[in-house]
Amino acid sequence: MKLKKSIAISESGFVFDPMSGESFSVNEIGMEILELMKQDQPVDAISEYFVKTYDVEASDFEKYFYDFIGMLRQYQLIEDNEPA
Amino acid sequence: MEKKIFERPYIKKIRAGMPSKFGKPVKIDPLPFIDDLPVEELIKQYGSPLFVISEKTIRETFRKAKMAFETRYPRVQFAWSYKTNYLDAVCRIFHQEDAWAEVVSGFEYEKAEKNGVAGNKIIFNGPDKSLSDLKKASENDSLIHIDHFDELYDLIEVAKKMDHKPRVAIRVNMDTGVYPIWDRFGFNYENGDAWDAINRIVRSEKLELSGLHCHIGTYMLSTEAYRRAASKLGELAVRAFHRHNTLIKYIDIGGGFATQNTLKGAYYQGYDTAPSFDEYAESITSALLDVNFPDNKLPLLILETGRALIDDAGFLLGTVLANKRLSGGNRATILDVGVNNLFTSFWYDHEVNPVKDTSDHFEESTFFGPLCMNIDVIRDAISFPLLRKGDQFVIKRIGAYNMTQWMQFITYRPNVVLIDINGSTHVIRKMEDLNAVTAGESVPDHLQKI
Amino acid sequence: MNPLKLTIAVTGLNNTDNPGPGIPVIRGIRDSGTIQPRIIGLAYENLEPGIYMHDMVDKTYTVPYPSSGTGNLMERIREIHEKEHIDVLIPNFDAELFTFMKGIEELNRLNIKTFIPTLQQYEERHKANLPEYGKKYGVNVPDSFTVASPGDLKKIRDHFDFPVVVKGKFYDAYIARSQEQAEIYFKKISAKWGVPIIIQEFVRGTEVNVVALGDGNGGTVAAVPMRKLYITDAGKAWSGISLDDTSMLDLTYHIIRSTKWKGGMELELIRTSDNKLYVIEINPRIPAWVYLAVGAGQNIPEALVRLAMGIPVQPMKTYKTGIMFIRYSYDMITEVKEFEKLTINGEL
Repeated sequence: MKLKKSIAISESGFVFDPMSGESFSVNEIGMEILELMKQDQPVDAISEYFVKTYDVEASDFEKYFYDFIGMLRQYQLIEDNEPA
Repeated sequence: MEKKIFERPYIKKIRAGMPSKFGKPVKIDPLPFIDDLPVEELIKQYGSPLFVISEKTIRETFRKAKMAFETRYPRVQFAWSYKTNYLDAVCRIFHQEDAWAEVVSGFEYEKAEKNGVAGNKIIFNGPDKSLSDLKKASENDSLIHIDHFDELYDLIEVAKKMDHKPRVAIRVNMDTGVYPIWDRFGFNYENGDAWDAINRIVRSEKLELSGLHCHIGTYMLSTEAYRRAASKLGELAVRAFHRHNTLIKYIDIGGGFATQNTLKGAYYQGYDTAPSFDEYAESITSALLDVNFPDNKLPLLILETGRALIDDAGFLLGTVLANKRLSGGNRATILDVGVNNLFTSFWYDHEVNPVKDTSDHFEESTFFGPLCMNIDVIRDAISFPLLRKGDQFVIKRIGAYNMTQWMQFITYRPNVVLIDINGSTHVIRKMEDLNAVTAGESVPDHLQKI
Repeated sequence: MNPLKLTIAVTGLNNTDNPGPGIPVIRGIRDSGTIQPRIIGLAYENLEPGIYMHDMVDKTYTVPYPSSGTGNLMERIREIHEKEHIDVLIPNFDAELFTFMKGIEELNRLNIKTFIPTLQQYEERHKANLPEYGKKYGVNVPDSFTVASPGDLKKIRDHFDFPVVVKGKFYDAYIARSQEQAEIYFKKISAKWGVPIIIQEFVRGTEVNVVALGDGNGGTVAAVPMRKLYITDAGKAWSGISLDDTSMLDLTYHIIRSTKWKGGMELELIRTSDNKLYVIEINPRIPAWVYLAVGAGQNIPEALVRLAMGIPVQPMKTYKTGIMFIRYSYDMITEVKEFEKLTINGEL
């Protein structure tokens, strides 16, 4: 589960995929997840970070996280297209 | 360390485009209180979904409507349209405000009686009145509005056995420049049926022709149509006097005033296009004042507006059950409010407000109800702040038609709570349970054992 | 005389093959010589070309659609006004006018000036009300009626022979030659602009147009007649030529005088074979081809700005005939950065 390398994420929350020419907007949480994924952080580490920093349970986070990954996959922003 | 507030992560594709019907999403304000009571507390105490009715809003709206007409015309009477919302508590608020009852069935008539409305203050409309209904209404001296010739002859038969003449009006349908014409109710003006009905009533000598009634449509955004309707009824009244020396005592202009809800398919928001009570009143009363009524005696003006008097006072509170992603990537939000409770979502794009302050991020979603049924959609393609499971919301302006047209389908109908003018709450219809729903059922002996 | 320094907000930056009037209006203002404008573009969508035309538009802000309600649009205008101090606002879409009319008191309060028709003027010239309008003001108009549902289309046969013109409330018009076509167009238009749909009698003849400006007291400040020389597939003028036609001008003066029209207007007329002029539509704003009028000697956008500012404008009685406009398209180059700024921040 890797983000496409070429994807440009700007601080404003604007995501640009030069391969498809599509652009996207993400909210702050989504942006943080994308940043961590860019650094090739494993899922567990990402989850740990969010549970520590935000007011969210691990099980809740997992639910929203995979939903988000689902959207990334839908938008073809993920490199290896195997299910997580 | 204080933990930061977590918002659901979210990404959306940016639509590149040219002007179309849908634009930049706009901030949707939260609605945390109804008449100063926290929505969260109401749901905690009475469950979700929950209907809430504001007595304060009802009384204020009613007084505003009354004022709009009474400052323009000397003789005005409102009649509460039972079918719009016939919860007893609601009806009684209107009756306390001096509204008569306007009913369209034997059942509604019984309700009005039970609510203590005097017989001569009940207007009986509609195409379905049985012989016994007609008899009762005649005996009680109610105002019977005749819908068709068959009913007219039924009533003449009933009247033959009475010692007084039943008071009647005819319902008239007409071309007011608004289409479609509601010509399925009453007698047509343009083709002469209405005049014919007047002649037959007078010739029968069994009925007292007291009034003329029309109801030109529903959700009328044109006040001009009311002006035309009032003029035509006025003209009929004058003609009836000159031909038969019959004095028409009242003109009932019906209802159909729009509220600020936005109809599906409309371009502008309802709150930008719905005329105010003052605008409706101006058209109707100025048309009547222009008519040369015999002896300059103005007939009583009766109004049966329902929707515009109660819509704003009703709120439907609910909770998000789940978020989903559909096969095409579109978002779906499942609410505990479905079309079983919110019948009007079939024709309005209802305004939905979150209860709490929300994120600035919007997503396009479809709001589905909880029913296991495909047509259960509350809002198609709504742009809304991100919602999470358990988040609460309020649907505004639902006081009209929902608490009568709701369905007991798949699940129980929820509590209906009235907030009185002092801010106290009262359950005015309690949530159904198995006994309430199955009370009328019976199981034959051979099916007792399974 | 020192040029007048003004901040002017303009909508309709969609200068595509089906153009909005924004850019032509701005060109007129920039050409004037008497006004030194700062142009604020108001955009509904992120690809309206005007947004990226920095020689035309100094700064653009995105705004919510009129369909989201007067309150929402006015709130955004207030935000923009705080930063930009708008002197004059020129709405260029039919669909916006209603909203700005509803918000006129608020605009006055903010001291943002407009020069738009009154709600009554706007309503009575509405396509759906055209037959009554014709009667009231003594002008020839085609007969028409409105329909709210596809079922009502059956009534066409009671009124007219085919073909008929199927028109949207604000935009779009198609000639339907059969019941089936009428149904197709009904769906097409109502999906975009909602109901009602107007069914209009088809008047045979040559279409001619007038762009004009009324001063609100019955006076015509400017008027230039034009005939389209070529029409695109979308029914828009690709080229047109200014005409020397007194009857068209007289009709325009008559309409503006009797309605006391305030603001820009476009008359769509049909000249029939027996040389009668029928009014088929009155658009309550400046049309996209207004730059032809500027080219012919009547700078309507400039005059409108001056009227909005309360500066008297001498009526323009002459113009050059035989002036042509020919539209062309042009590929502008920009970067995704610009697109990003507009989409994320709502301004560029």
